Amino acid sequence: MSAPLSPYRRTREALRAYRLVAGMWLRASLAYRASFWITTIGNGVTSLLDFVVIAVMFRHTTTLGGWTLPQVAFLYGTSGLTLGLADLLVGSLDQLGQRVRDGSVDTVLVRPAAALAQLGADRFALRRAGRVVQSLLVLGWSLVELRLDWTVPKLLVMAVLVLCGTVIFGSVFVAGAAFQFFATDAAEVQNSVTYGGATMLQYPPSVFARDLVRGAVYGVPLAFVNWLPALYLLGLPDPIGVPGWFRFASPLAALLCATAAGLAWRAGIRSYRSTGS
Amino acid sequence: MRLYAAVARSSFRRYAGYRAATWAGVLTNTVFGFFIAYTYQALWQVRPHLGGYDLSAALTYVWLGQALLMPVAAMGGGVQDDIEARIVNGDIAVDLYRPVDQQVWWLAADLGRSCYHLLSRGIVPMLVGSLFFHLRMPAGGPATQALTWAGALLSVGLAVVVSFLLRYLAALTGFWLMDPRGVRQVTVVLGMFFSGFLLPLSLLPTALAAVAQHLPWAAMVQIPLDVFLQRRTGAALAAGLLLQLGWAGVLLGAGQLLQRAVVRKVVVQGG
Repeated sequence: MSAPLSPYRRTREALRAYRLVAGMWLRASLAYRASFWITTIGNGVTSLLDFVVIAVMFRHTTTLGGWTLPQVAFLYGTSGLTLGLADLLVGSLDQLGQRVRDGSVDTVLVRPAAALAQLGADRFALRRAGRVVQSLLVLGWSLVELRLDWTVPKLLVMAVLVLCGTVIFGSVFVAGAAFQFFATDAAEVQNSVTYGGATMLQYPPSVFARDLVRGAVYGVPLAFVNWLPALYLLGLPDPIGVPGWFRFASPLAALLCATAAGLAWRAGIRSYRSTGS
Repeated sequence: MRLYAAVARSSFRRYAGYRAATWAGVLTNTVFGFFIAYTYQALWQVRPHLGGYDLSAALTYVWLGQALLMPVAAMGGGVQDDIEARIVNGDIAVDLYRPVDQQVWWLAADLGRSCYHLLSRGIVPMLVGSLFFHLRMPAGGPATQALTWAGALLSVGLAVVVSFLLRYLAALTGFWLMDPRGVRQVTVVLGMFFSGFLLPLSLLPTALAAVAQHLPWAAMVQIPLDVFLQRRTGAALAAGLLLQLGWAGVLLGAGQLLQRAVVRKVVVQGG
């Protein structure tokens, strides 16, 4: 065993491993070009359905929970964009239970590279970019309609929203994968937080019961993905009832999420027993 | 007949084996049920009686939809996963040797799966939903109620059959396309939207709604839910069941034709 690497070197090595594995899967998927495009567009269209539902709802009303269609489209776009980016980067982790069951996690663990990087890049699927592109289109439309007065702080909050939202959703994927070390066939638990959470974030917080919203602030802090920054960006009053600085606290929430997910992942890896033992 | 009953039973048992997966799935259906119910509530508070549903009918629609999602496999899957995998890895050749009708064999397996999902992922979310929202159960005298329950159960059964026949056709295209994912994605999109799972079809623009009510996907979610909510009674109930039965017949025939073509195709490849 060689000398332990510095955290910086370790991160660099992990990113390199991620790039290599992801690149390999990328080349593999592009070998079937027609299938790649069909599934990419299909991915975009499938997630677009959620927006079609919202659009159909707004055929029958002008506001939902007190928010207009462009405002809800902003929530939809940011929710889909951040979930889509997290899914693109580490979404493959939700197949971990499968890999634990068939024993192929062993192959990953014996390789001299970070397991999280390898498993995150496993079956890297660029077709998942379909959701990202589609969300960007809806977000672009909403921003045109909303005509926000862009200031430097607002641009900064917008950039932080995308970055921290992706980290928060990514952390949920990692924590969910860690859980699959213990419950190998419970991958769907993760869906209720990731895809379920993203569905919740597409709608104004005022639509939901207070306890549910509180859970999204203090429990799994999904409210920091887009609800809270949106209140600042769109200049709306707070229907959630939290301190005002929470609107800018997304980096803190992202940091907490990432730390918790990292600890959960370590606990998961430590507890791993290969199938058959 | 006894063979197919045995297939259905073992399929039921196979799915019942995954305890953690079942509970995870129940959780997912319940969580989604809450989120969608709240959004419906926000909409129906602005527009009571939208699309012919009052608030409690609309909320019942949401939870019944979650209860039927897995049994009916409105998002694809079920035995479709197995058939597609066997087509891609070639194991399907062994299936074709067997002296059984492939379509009926897989239908039996899917019915077994569906029964298990109805009992597990159907009932629990519905119970949780009824604790938090005012849901509507069939009303009227004992005879009316019994008729509604019987009609709804029959309609759910037909919904599963229609859904299976569509998924079977989609899976068989894998013999020609080699990669089933594209067709799968298209059918998922159509199924989610035109089944009425995401929104009652009566909320769509009028012309589209009129067409959608008669497509095979309406047989998967919209019709059974309307039967349960007693929006289809008497002649409308009969018409709904007949539409489901009609699509089942058409799709059954199409599946038979296609699987005959498949057998010829596989023999050509092998020779």
